[in-house]
Amino acid sequence: MTETIIQGLLLGGLYCLFSLGLSLMFGVMRLTNIAQGDLIVAGGFAAISVAPLVGGHFVMAGLVLLPVAFAVGYALQRTVLNRTLGKDPLPSLVVTFGLSIVIQNALLELYSADPRSLDAGELATGSLNLGGDIYVGTLPLLILVAALACTAGLQLLFSATSLGRAFRAVSDDREAAELMGLDSAKVYSLATALAFALIALAGLFQGLRTTVSPADGPLLLLFAFESVIIGGMGSFWGTFVGALVLGVSQQVGFKFDPGWGVWFGHLVFLAVLLVRPNGLFPKTKG
Amino acid sequence: MSATVIRSTRASQTAIGIGAALCVAAATLPFWGESSWMREFVEIACYFIFAMMWNLLAGYGGMVSVGQQAFFGLGGYVMLSLGNFLGLNPFLAIPLAALVSALAALPVSRLAFRLQGGYFSIGTWVIAEVFRLSIANVSAVGGGSGTSLTALRGISRATRENTTYWVALGCVVAAIALVYLFLRSKQGLALQAIRDSEVAAESQGVGVARMKLAVYVVAAFGCGMAGALYFVSNLRISPDAAFGVNWTAFAIFIVMIGGIGRIEGPLIGAVVFWALNKFFSDYGTWYQMGLGLLAIAMTLFFREGLGGFLHRRLGFEMLPTRRILKLDAAPAPADVPAPAPSRLMPKVSL
Repeated sequence: MTETIIQGLLLGGLYCLFSLGLSLMFGVMRLTNIAQGDLIVAGGFAAISVAPLVGGHFVMAGLVLLPVAFAVGYALQRTVLNRTLGKDPLPSLVVTFGLSIVIQNALLELYSADPRSLDAGELATGSLNLGGDIYVGTLPLLILVAALACTAGLQLLFSATSLGRAFRAVSDDREAAELMGLDSAKVYSLATALAFALIALAGLFQGLRTTVSPADGPLLLLFAFESVIIGGMGSFWGTFVGALVLGVSQQVGFKFDPGWGVWFGHLVFLAVLLVRPNGLFPKTKG
Repeated sequence: MSATVIRSTRASQTAIGIGAALCVAAATLPFWGESSWMREFVEIACYFIFAMMWNLLAGYGGMVSVGQQAFFGLGGYVMLSLGNFLGLNPFLAIPLAALVSALAALPVSRLAFRLQGGYFSIGTWVIAEVFRLSIANVSAVGGGSGTSLTALRGISRATRENTTYWVALGCVVAAIALVYLFLRSKQGLALQAIRDSEVAAESQGVGVARMKLAVYVVAAFGCGMAGALYFVSNLRISPDAAFGVNWTAFAIFIVMIGGIGRIEGPLIGAVVFWALNKFFSDYGTWYQMGLGLLAIAMTLFFREGLGGFLHRRLGFEMLPTRRILKLDAAPAPADVPAPAPSRLMPKVSL
């Protein structure tokens, strides 16, 4: 049982990286990015394509990929997504849903339907002894540490920097923030740029840890979303804990029957929604 | 100064007359048409009914669901179970399956309505996935690989195809009538008031929460009907086909092309979708990418859709659901009401 829970926590680290971008974009501009999962998959494939060009190591691939993702996110928000924002959520939902279909089919055309993975080198086989006969893989542990660092970093960014203050200001009251001299279109674009960098990182890790295939996107979106809701909207630490809860739930379900992992995760999500609709760690407004 | 409320125009009455005549003509198709035409009609009818319900939810109820395939698939599986296990005629099972879907919407709404806006959309998707994974674990209906509808085995192919066609035509007319009459009723007026402003509607005594539930249940009924119909025609069901998110993808496409928030929208969109499908579906992934890009472009640059464009150009709606106040003192055109919401003839939203 300890083994299952530890595996679940490690899986949760990956889910946390899936969900931070979604949580960030929703938090800053109430934009629900339905293409989140497909973008993660696209990030994974991009890393697989870039790695051989930069010497084959995934760290190099990441160093190239993250700034590119940042720029793509900025451009996409500036040119397309800013036009869809408003009181009505419909335009942004339809546009990101359309984007999800375009990405899925473009990946299918480029890479075929076969699952692919990124070579992790010696990290893939390395493991650490936690005492007794419990071992954890180095790579999953690295992912969990990265998730922890990203969550702490985002929280710090939001509470202690001028950019974070701008994010909070446009989120609370866009018009008032604009009156104070903030360019909300630019602030939104920076938020999406940051979210896309996180998405690329998540894609990279997904490609290292398991495989990516063009049809995976929707499921990854659902995991990201469930993590956000279980944890409670509006707090990155909430999202982190929500992702761990989801990871553990899936591992426990998986232990009962290999076909039940995802299903059991969904059920835990619905149970939390029923009992604690504001998540396990609701953040009071203000 | 006296005033009258205009609810239909001569043009719209003529359009309904022509529509009814077309339906009667279409009903004779089995006597002169080819069976491939009937199969095509049944398929597009299912897409159309599903899109009509998505339009009702998103365009009128403000609920952008990405999980209506939960009720589509449920309708299909209930129809199949009633036919295969209880020996009920599958055609008679269609309305029952729709009813079961509507009943299932009651507990489902308790969960889904806890989320708003974009998170409601993904929440409904999770629920649809729970339906899919749960049914994939039921071995009586074939688990993940699905099963066949055996209840229609004794019936000859021609009889089966003709009956399916007539039932599909009936379902299409019923779906249009259901939405049209619902929107013209007092509840429909309340719903359109909510669409225009939730706060204003609530302050006028409209029960917003109750209305949203009503719309959700009606839409689940329609989606269940479409699902039952689709699998009567298809004869084979599997969880992936029944609960696939592409049902919603196509519905969004149909509604955005035709024009969201108007009854004609899904009708026009379904015709366009049928034509695109016929000519371009061989292009596979490129075709799908094109559909996605078209939906994005329509949303960004042409949100009124083809239906809205035609309405603006021709100045009348085929199936009007608005109530337009005509003040006798004001000079007003004899037949054609103001196309856009006009200052002179305000919409009555009480």
